[in-house]
Amino acid sequence: MTLTKADLVQQVYKNHENLTKAQATDAVEAFLRLSKNSLIEGSDLLLSGFGKFNVKDKNARRGRNPQTGDELTLDARRVVTFKPSGILRDRINAS
Amino acid sequence: MNKSELIEALAQEINIPHREAAAITNTIINTMTEALANGESIEIRGFGSFVIKKYDSYEGRNPKTGKKIKVKPKKLPFFKVGKDLREQVNANKK
Repeated sequence: MTLTKADLVQQVYKNHENLTKAQATDAVEAFLRLSKNSLIEGSDLLLSGFGKFNVKDKNARRGRNPQTGDELTLDARRVVTFKPSGILRDRINAS
Repeated sequence: MNKSELIEALAQEINIPHREAAAITNTIINTMTEALANGESIEIRGFGSFVIKKYDSYEGRNPKTGKKIKVKPKKLPFFKVGKDLREQVNANKK
């Protein structure tokens, strides 16, 4: 089973009786948009109790095409990493 | 950005009271936590996905003392950034 955006909307709609389905959708979309924008601007996102999304700069490095073995240069890039919080790790291992 | 800043931004973005933005944020985070705790994966298009990886018990070493220890089986969540977010984050690198 996989949780999707539609499931998040459904849960927000169910748990907040004053919201219409459209408002619940807007809220989830806005939550994701703001989270993304923080990372796009290069700022880490810390959701206490869940985990931390980090933005990291990687240097250029020499690599290989694993299929052909040819050497190539991988450009410097910026990536997002996630570190789960202790609370989340404990919850996942509790069962 | 931390959680309270995100809540504040959400309240302003869709024009709802701070208290309500906090409740919605908690619902979203709790729903994701529950799913992962149940061993489910998460897939948010454009943002990324989470999967649970299971590890069997293995013989490890305490890196400080070098002593052998038995590491218990465990599950860990892994995040894979979505294509859209990956590209936008990288595009902003000057």
